[in-house]
Amino acid sequence: MKPVLLMDFGSTYTKVTAVDVDSETLLGTASSYTTVQTDIGEGLQNALNILEQKTGKLDFSERYACSSAAGGLRMITSGLVPELTAEAAKQASLGAGAKVIRVYSYELTKKDVAEIVSSHPDMLLLVGGTDGGNSECILANARKLSQVEPICPVVIAGNRNCADECEELLENWETHVCENVMPKFNELNIEPAQHEIRQIFLNRIIHAKGLSKAAELISGILMPTPAAMMAAMQLLAEGTKTESGIGELVAVDLGGATTDVYSIADGMPTQSNTIVKGLMEPYAKRTVEGDIGMRYSIWGIVDAAGIDRVSQLSGIAPERAKEMIQFLSENTETLPKDQEWENLDFALASLAVETAVARHAGTIEQVYTPMGLAYSQIGKDLTPVRRVVVTGGAIIHTKRTGEIASHSLQSPNQPGSLRPADAKFLVDRKYILAAMGLLGQYYPDTALRIMKKELAEATE
Amino acid sequence: MEKKTLVMGVIGADVHAVGNKILYHAFTAAGFNCVNLGVMVSQEEYINAAIESNADVIVVSSLYGHGELDCRGMREKCDEAGLKGILLYVGGNIVVGKQPFDEVEKRFKAMGFDRVFGPGTPPETTIAALYEDLGVQPPEETEE
Repeated sequence: MKPVLLMDFGSTYTKVTAVDVDSETLLGTASSYTTVQTDIGEGLQNALNILEQKTGKLDFSERYACSSAAGGLRMITSGLVPELTAEAAKQASLGAGAKVIRVYSYELTKKDVAEIVSSHPDMLLLVGGTDGGNSECILANARKLSQVEPICPVVIAGNRNCADECEELLENWETHVCENVMPKFNELNIEPAQHEIRQIFLNRIIHAKGLSKAAELISGILMPTPAAMMAAMQLLAEGTKTESGIGELVAVDLGGATTDVYSIADGMPTQSNTIVKGLMEPYAKRTVEGDIGMRYSIWGIVDAAGIDRVSQLSGIAPERAKEMIQFLSENTETLPKDQEWENLDFALASLAVETAVARHAGTIEQVYTPMGLAYSQIGKDLTPVRRVVVTGGAIIHTKRTGEIASHSLQSPNQPGSLRPADAKFLVDRKYILAAMGLLGQYYPDTALRIMKKELAEATE
Repeated sequence: MEKKTLVMGVIGADVHAVGNKILYHAFTAAGFNCVNLGVMVSQEEYINAAIESNADVIVVSSLYGHGELDCRGMREKCDEAGLKGILLYVGGNIVVGKQPFDEVEKRFKAMGFDRVFGPGTPPETTIAALYEDLGVQPPEETEE
């Protein structure tokens, strides 16, 4: 037996997962509540004690961790045109597992710079212009930033022709120059920036957030938790050299404050005479809906879907539903206590999944041209995707998982939304996906086989 | 010498893709750095692409007769977006039916287009105009 420990430091929970890489089995999982004030090592020790009560004493040969503690990796991005390089910068940051707190476009004002300083980001991503294209904007922004005291590392990933000049302007700042996120018009090149972001996270941010206290217990904190989740999904979809993956997929992580959606799919048009408009989207794409969550962002679900649909799905009268929702928004630790509350959570979870996946997926519309009917597609066409992976407390701790997950699919009410047409639902019952993303960095085959074994199929 | 950048595409709900490809190859061979937006391009897309790529000229094509409607207000939007003085070219079957070209040209110039090309214009004519307006020379023949 060769046990490996995988840890996920969250802002409220520390989760631990033990795996035996020899027999490729999951030994156990446990979690412990942690507060911001308590030492991170304390939460970890509690979680380990709970784990060892289940599994018996384990002698771990390796320990790896991911973290979203202390707000996760908080980033601010600045680009030129909102739909183009500013969007590319946002995609790059989200894909690297960051929490994007603000996206700026065009030239920064003094007020913008003051806002950036006061929001204490962990990192800035500065982009703008294609290679050989616009340089005024990124240079003006670098100049504005150079007038204030450095606050965090800056990744410069804009027009390569002025990268040197940006670096010179920001000589007081810690700068990291990498390839342009959009070297040619509409050509997305976000991996180099993502790689740089992860490196900085590893080398610098972890220490700044006091996470290195637990370092002696850990072989390495590898990445922010969403990046581990993304790695797991990519591994599950693509497989390894020796073990095949399950193919293109969509994954939904329904949380209390936000809902994350991942798609590992090329998203190209499925019908002929379709013209793709807008920015080309990444093959591995992550979106975060900051206004969609089961507790802290509960009203965002109602705003997006309408109280009538909450009422219709839950069978609870609108007035009563509003009262209950108000209670939950104020008492965020509440779990459903009877059938009525379960019904409400079911309706909210369903609508959260529907809204978040609809925002993630592309859209298509019919265009009548003198040459006949054509289709105009914006974003990714996920209709051919046949696997939807779901995780998050409200989905996995209910009997109606399949029903909730089915709201990720195409519906007749929104024919223009390019969500999967039909899919199998895979449930992360034991909450192991981020851990498998970590394990996959060293034991990809093992992580993949454990995921295939542990993800349970849910039916409607 | 540094290459000049042009943004090109077929405007509106027009899906004529073949001419667009021919022009792209002709302009590229003539030494321009081409950002080709393809077909069904909106005014905003030309403008956004021109901002990011710091383009010197926008070349609008239209073949389906609705060009006049599609092109209205383009110069004003360019001004608004900070692309003051960018060269605007338009060409193709840009109006409905057969109308005297000098009148068509006058109308499009009044809309703020610098050059207007009628139906059947060979790419060489447009390329010659680009060299003249941008003050550049054709690339020297190089042996492969």
